[in-house]
Amino acid sequence: MTDAESHAEKGMAHQFEDLDQQHDADMLGIWVFLITEIMFFGGVFAAYAIYRWMYFSAFDGGSHILDIRLGAANTIVLLGSSLTMVLSVRAAQTGNRRSTVLFLIATMILGGIFLGVKGYEYHQKFVEHVVPGLDWAPEGKTLALLAPGGVQHAQIYFIFYFAMTGLHAIHMIIGMGLLLWLVLRARKDAFTPHYFAPVEVVGLYWHFVDIVWIFLFPLLYLIGGRY
Amino acid sequence: MSTATLEPRVHAPRNYLNADYGWKSWLFTLDHKRIALLYLISVTFFFLVGGSFAVLMRIHLTEPQGALVQPETYNKLFTLHGVIMIFFFLIPSIPAVLGNFLVPLMVGARDLAFPKLNLLSWYIYIVGGMFTLYSAIAGGVDTGWTFYTPYSSTYSNTQVTAVAIGVFVTGFSSILTGLNFIVTIHKMRCPGLTWFRMPLFLWSMYATSLIMVLGTPVLAITIFLLALEHLFHVGIFSPALGGDPLLFQHLFWFYSHPAVYIMILPAMGVVSEIIACFSRKRIFGYSIVAFSSVAIAVLGFLVWGHHMFVTGQSVFAGLIFSLLSFLVAIPSAIKVFNWTATLYKGSISYEAPMLYAMGFIGLFTMGGLTGLFLASLATDVHLNGTYFVVAHFHYIMVGGAVMGYLGGIHFWWPKISGRKYPDMWAGIAAVIIFIGFNLTFFPQFILGYLGMPRRYAFYPAEFQVLNVMSSAGATVLGVGYLIPLIYLIWSMRYGPIAEPNPWGATGLEWTTASPPPTENFAEIPVVTEEAYAYGPKEGSGD
Amino acid sequence: MSHPIVPQKTYILVFLCLIGLTILTTGVAFIDLGAFNTVAALVIAFAKMSLVILFFMGVRSSSGLVRIILIAGFFWFALLVAFTMTDYHTRTWTPVPQAWSSGAPPTHP
Repeated sequence: MTDAESHAEKGMAHQFEDLDQQHDADMLGIWVFLITEIMFFGGVFAAYAIYRWMYFSAFDGGSHILDIRLGAANTIVLLGSSLTMVLSVRAAQTGNRRSTVLFLIATMILGGIFLGVKGYEYHQKFVEHVVPGLDWAPEGKTLALLAPGGVQHAQIYFIFYFAMTGLHAIHMIIGMGLLLWLVLRARKDAFTPHYFAPVEVVGLYWHFVDIVWIFLFPLLYLIGGRY
Repeated sequence: MSTATLEPRVHAPRNYLNADYGWKSWLFTLDHKRIALLYLISVTFFFLVGGSFAVLMRIHLTEPQGALVQPETYNKLFTLHGVIMIFFFLIPSIPAVLGNFLVPLMVGARDLAFPKLNLLSWYIYIVGGMFTLYSAIAGGVDTGWTFYTPYSSTYSNTQVTAVAIGVFVTGFSSILTGLNFIVTIHKMRCPGLTWFRMPLFLWSMYATSLIMVLGTPVLAITIFLLALEHLFHVGIFSPALGGDPLLFQHLFWFYSHPAVYIMILPAMGVVSEIIACFSRKRIFGYSIVAFSSVAIAVLGFLVWGHHMFVTGQSVFAGLIFSLLSFLVAIPSAIKVFNWTATLYKGSISYEAPMLYAMGFIGLFTMGGLTGLFLASLATDVHLNGTYFVVAHFHYIMVGGAVMGYLGGIHFWWPKISGRKYPDMWAGIAAVIIFIGFNLTFFPQFILGYLGMPRRYAFYPAEFQVLNVMSSAGATVLGVGYLIPLIYLIWSMRYGPIAEPNPWGATGLEWTTASPPPTENFAEIPVVTEEAYAYGPKEGSGD
Repeated sequence: MSHPIVPQKTYILVFLCLIGLTILTTGVAFIDLGAFNTVAALVIAFAKMSLVILFFMGVRSSSGLVRIILIAGFFWFALLVAFTMTDYHTRTWTPVPQAWSSGAPPTHP
């Protein structure tokens, strides 16, 4: 038996000595990647923090244009998808192929609902003409909400709204692709209780994207309050 | 010494170079050594492109009114020179070429942790490079490599979006390389290789990777916001809409200052390896040097405001950044002292790698010390935006990083190619480069002190002598760079065949064949001794 | 190094807590607490994030290395915000030069 054959545990790559080392490396790899994502989103959060401090009333006004109930509901949907995701990882860990696949599909469905609602919200922004650079002409009630803080500075708020939720949505779409890939692999019995690292890795990515939204919701929707 | 005899390798032992043939075996390889060579070819290409822009600039500056191009074109020359040299040569050079090749060998592993990500890194780098080359061909960019707003985002009508995409994309190449190194060094060290038995090159790769991973994403988001502003005519950094141009600078320099440490730390790692080998001595104060690498990486993130002393940053913040900039010089100085102490009473020989390493120590010291002039608020007011700054960073990046890169290429060339290069020509080239470099850039310190602004296409007539001197130096430097290009390529076919350890150096990479087999080692090594176990340890300290 | 298998009930309980905190933060937004509104929102968001990290992402049973990496990531983000904010907050601490409106040199405000 060659070196390669004796090491051929299911799913192990040649540069590792055993599955444990590979699992450790995979976990460390995804965590390092997640801190690069913390710094990536961190940059735009930092810029947001500066402008919110500089133009609070403009941000306040802009925030009032958003639909708080939709935002809250979407937050719960996304948290639900995190639940189904971790249940999927747990199912893989216990060797339950059917549950792994079903929970992955549930995660995709909930993610899809989130994106659908987001799409509707974006559409609403066009209806209200508050899309900087493409359709910025607030009027009527919308204008009345934005005027106190300054309409020009409110544009900055909406730029950040679209930039931050847009980047978040792109990450979610990538996540949906990864989930689909996992479903296809899981159905072909790629995972065992000793090798389910890809499910864990995608899970960690998905939870991170959820955490970004956990902060986006209050920072974009709940500024200043609704009293 | 070699004579030019042809030594065909008809029956060469199986190694990573001859293991497989055909373009597919190279473009779809997962072998870190082949990927390192893909990078070697690409970074050399970009070095020549960036260097050509420099040549054009130096020709233009031989006349006070400009000898070659229109001022608008001159702006495009220095912008593209900067963008290409920094993002496509300096940042990848040592990590992606020498790091990719050596990290698995030095930790005693068969490959990096994620070979597919490694190949993806290279492709991402190439895609980014294509966008940047496109921006150059389609009319160029004139914003300076620093892309200051609102000129770059609102007013410039040059190819800003294309180059922004190029830089954005290439950043991910850097991030993935850093990620790969961090995981490999943490999880794939062979039995017996504890952290403090690692060669210092690995410590510097680790510290560099920390910076790549923590800093580059911020550049990515900054470029993204810049592109948004440019494409959709919205005001994030534009004062007309209430944006703050200084915010762009904060976000930009948060990465771009640590980026200069990405460029210099690997070169310092190379120098440690070379100095130890060619003094036949353990590096003095090994653990201090290791810690100083990490210290530079960490402290390097706290000093970015020193690029903004005169652009509108608050004086109080300037004070803090100035103090921290002085502090970050300390670990670098510690390294220079330790290298010097290593040389003391060492058994020194002057092969080409050693010439580059010694050149590095002197030139890096000069560049570093002149940085302190710039870190001091009062002097920076006068020196900022002048050729003093240009000379300062070229001393570090060219006198430092490029010489470190060339030293490393020469040191590990027998391992990489299985051949030796002609040492006489290598020595001549090193000396020509040293002389040409100083002739090019020392006059620029004086020019800056006298007040000549940087990024200007013309200058007062009284500065002409120094400018011509600098351009003459650039010619010598260019010749110096071409010589290794010639003999290294020549050596691949006609150089004498190298044994596994031609320098008698310590380190796991020298225990395997030159060139190594694809799987690196027949058996995973076990490490039992400290790094740099060169003979009796008199005066080695620690 | 494998994580111990966590009971499904634990995950569901954490999820219910997360829903509760979401409802809480939305509800608090309808009460006027002045500047404290922002503080409350951030504290609740931080709590939600901690639940996701500790339980859903398994950091409760993770190695020290993972925890250090996570802390480093947050710390670096904090550095970016803190140092940048320092500039903005201290811009008015020193006299700002006046524009040259006449031939006379500027006087400090």
